[in-house]
Amino acid sequence: MQASDHSPAAQLPGRAAFPHRHLTGIAGLQPHEIVFLLDESEQWIEANRTRAKSDKRLEGLTQINAFFENSTRTLLSFEIAGKRLGADVVNMHAAQSSVKKGETLIDTAVTLNAMRADVIVIRHMSSGAVELIAEKVDCPVLNAGDGWHEHPTQALLDALTIRRRRGNIAGQRVVICGDILHSRVARSNMLALTALAAEVRVVAPSTLMPAAIERMYVQPYTDFDAALEGADVVMMLRVQNERMAGGYIPSTREFHMRYGLTPERLARAKPDALVMHPGPMNRGVEIESSVADHPTRSAITEQVEMGVAVRMACLDVLTRAERGVEGWA
Amino acid sequence: MKTLFTNARLVCPTGGVTTGDLLIDGETIAATGSFEAPSDAQAIDLAAKTLAPALIDLGVFAVDKAACRAGGIARVGLMPDQSPVLDDPGIVRRAALSGKPALWVHPLAAATRGLEGQDLGEMAINASAGARAVATGRGWIGASATMRKVLAYARDCGLVVVAHAEDGGLAGGAVATEGETATRHGLAAAPAIAEALAVARDLTLAEETGARLHFRQVTTAAAFDLIRAAKRRGVRVTCGITPAHLLLSDIAISDFRTYARLSPPLRDESDRQAALTAIKDGTIDVIASGHDPRGPEAKRLPFADAEPGMSGAETLLALALGLVRDGLIPIERLFALLAANPAKILGLDTGTLAPGKPADLVVLDPDAPWQITAETMVARAGNTPFDRLPVQGKVLALYKGGTAID
Repeated sequence: MQASDHSPAAQLPGRAAFPHRHLTGIAGLQPHEIVFLLDESEQWIEANRTRAKSDKRLEGLTQINAFFENSTRTLLSFEIAGKRLGADVVNMHAAQSSVKKGETLIDTAVTLNAMRADVIVIRHMSSGAVELIAEKVDCPVLNAGDGWHEHPTQALLDALTIRRRRGNIAGQRVVICGDILHSRVARSNMLALTALAAEVRVVAPSTLMPAAIERMYVQPYTDFDAALEGADVVMMLRVQNERMAGGYIPSTREFHMRYGLTPERLARAKPDALVMHPGPMNRGVEIESSVADHPTRSAITEQVEMGVAVRMACLDVLTRAERGVEGWA
Repeated sequence: MKTLFTNARLVCPTGGVTTGDLLIDGETIAATGSFEAPSDAQAIDLAAKTLAPALIDLGVFAVDKAACRAGGIARVGLMPDQSPVLDDPGIVRRAALSGKPALWVHPLAAATRGLEGQDLGEMAINASAGARAVATGRGWIGASATMRKVLAYARDCGLVVVAHAEDGGLAGGAVATEGETATRHGLAAAPAIAEALAVARDLTLAEETGARLHFRQVTTAAAFDLIRAAKRRGVRVTCGITPAHLLLSDIAISDFRTYARLSPPLRDESDRQAALTAIKDGTIDVIASGHDPRGPEAKRLPFADAEPGMSGAETLLALALGLVRDGLIPIERLFALLAANPAKILGLDTGTLAPGKPADLVVLDPDAPWQITAETMVARAGNTPFDRLPVQGKVLALYKGGTAID
């Protein structure tokens, strides 16, 4: 399915299709607003595959990527997205050492605002930090990941990947496995996929499963094999090494035994089930290379490709008001 | 000097609600009810307004005279978590004088030196310098052997131990109670049973040592059950709570509202309901403000980086009066929770309207409506989770030792 002509968003004019100033999370978005962002992303997939990838719609606008937490791929993805739209992209890499945590956050926000940024992309290690900054600045703010809370563009790119590969999101049985407790990717995906009527199963040992997770309309499993039965999509999460040293999981090899995605395990899912991973992967731990590199079933590199398209769409949509796009100003 | 209040609605934790007069002679209450008015008394017609014992706020973190005056509070039990820590007689004595003349400050000395949870504090010396109890402070004493010694030694000194009821092993690093709200917001959370674990241990130790134990804040159903059962067995235990834990559940931290970040954290709705039951059945002895004014530099931060605590002194009475209006408890019982019981725990001969007691009195209109607004609070900081809440109950006058406090 390409752009969904029958989605309610298609009928809403201009700003009514996406009436939000910021994108701080999937929580708070209506299903048709999520679909609208996915639809908007489609055009950039094709554009990115051509040789002349540039578009000038964000020309003259300043995009600041303020990353308070280390990141390579997300930062790169946002930078490429901004540049392909013609924005002047500036990266502020505030490592944890230079910006004392939290204390100067409001001041940093005020500073960025005074520099007349037109859109700010933020990653921060504290849940809620992006919303705090969004309250203090005059331009749109995009959450590139805050603590364990949300990572909305990741959920959008995952949803887009599923929609393109599976034809639909509604009714798909999506299994998310790994460190659910500390994962903003899992939270945003649970919100987005359940909003779009997927059946979501989350899998983790009890030590890495958040309390009351069923209140997010997902089914918790501790047994990966049971959860995989009939799955359409298997989404593996990265497990941080420091959490596998005994604090939450006895060892890496024990995690692999219970939760590693092997070809044998994958056989429990549907024969054409899709394999996803937000990266970076711990090959041989949560996912075996033969699965990760499977030519037809792995969508892992496609996720990266969708990431740029989704971020271009988000940057475009959020800046329409200040660019004076008709119907959005 | 004599002051005569006439036409008062007298609310006394021991005497109930009556209509009549009250006479102050010097610093004490001389007579109540119907008596022959002395001719040399200055008469004040209260026109049916309520006259009750002034509040005693057990366990505040700051000496905030303006907030106490606004809240009808004449005495506070000051937590040892000061800078410097209240663990030395000189510091304790200075703290005890810090509220004069408007406010009695009763220091709670540090149970362990420097509040570090290891070496015993100088309890007897600090008591002689004015400390009315010893307290573990904001934290929990992790080593059971240390807590056992604290309780045994405090019993020897005749001092109550004011404890914080959260198992640090479970609650360490957590900023919220485990549940849907913490999960949705991606916040580090501890299970509510962290409280029951701490309460169970300390109750067991108090029972064995025979010490008097007061849990400053108890907030969960499981812990109330333990305390209820212990009281029945005759353990010398009391407990308190703040209006925040009676009126708010953890949903209040939604959207990362740092003003609702408290220690212990707000609980889920079933625990809040259990707290209301515990007020009604007498398991809870004290309602206190936990007054902890924090400016924006401590609160305008990402949720986990913000300091816990709320500014509560000036809203304590109005919020607590809601319990009376809701029919949960009668007003004289409310003043037992706000005055008579904290007095008893601190060993103070006050908290009622009985003749001979200090004339620490509050005149209030329990029905007068007003709205809590964070930016106009008189406290040192307006960090209240109740911003914009309409409440009822205004303090009209406050007397400490027979003298009106401006």
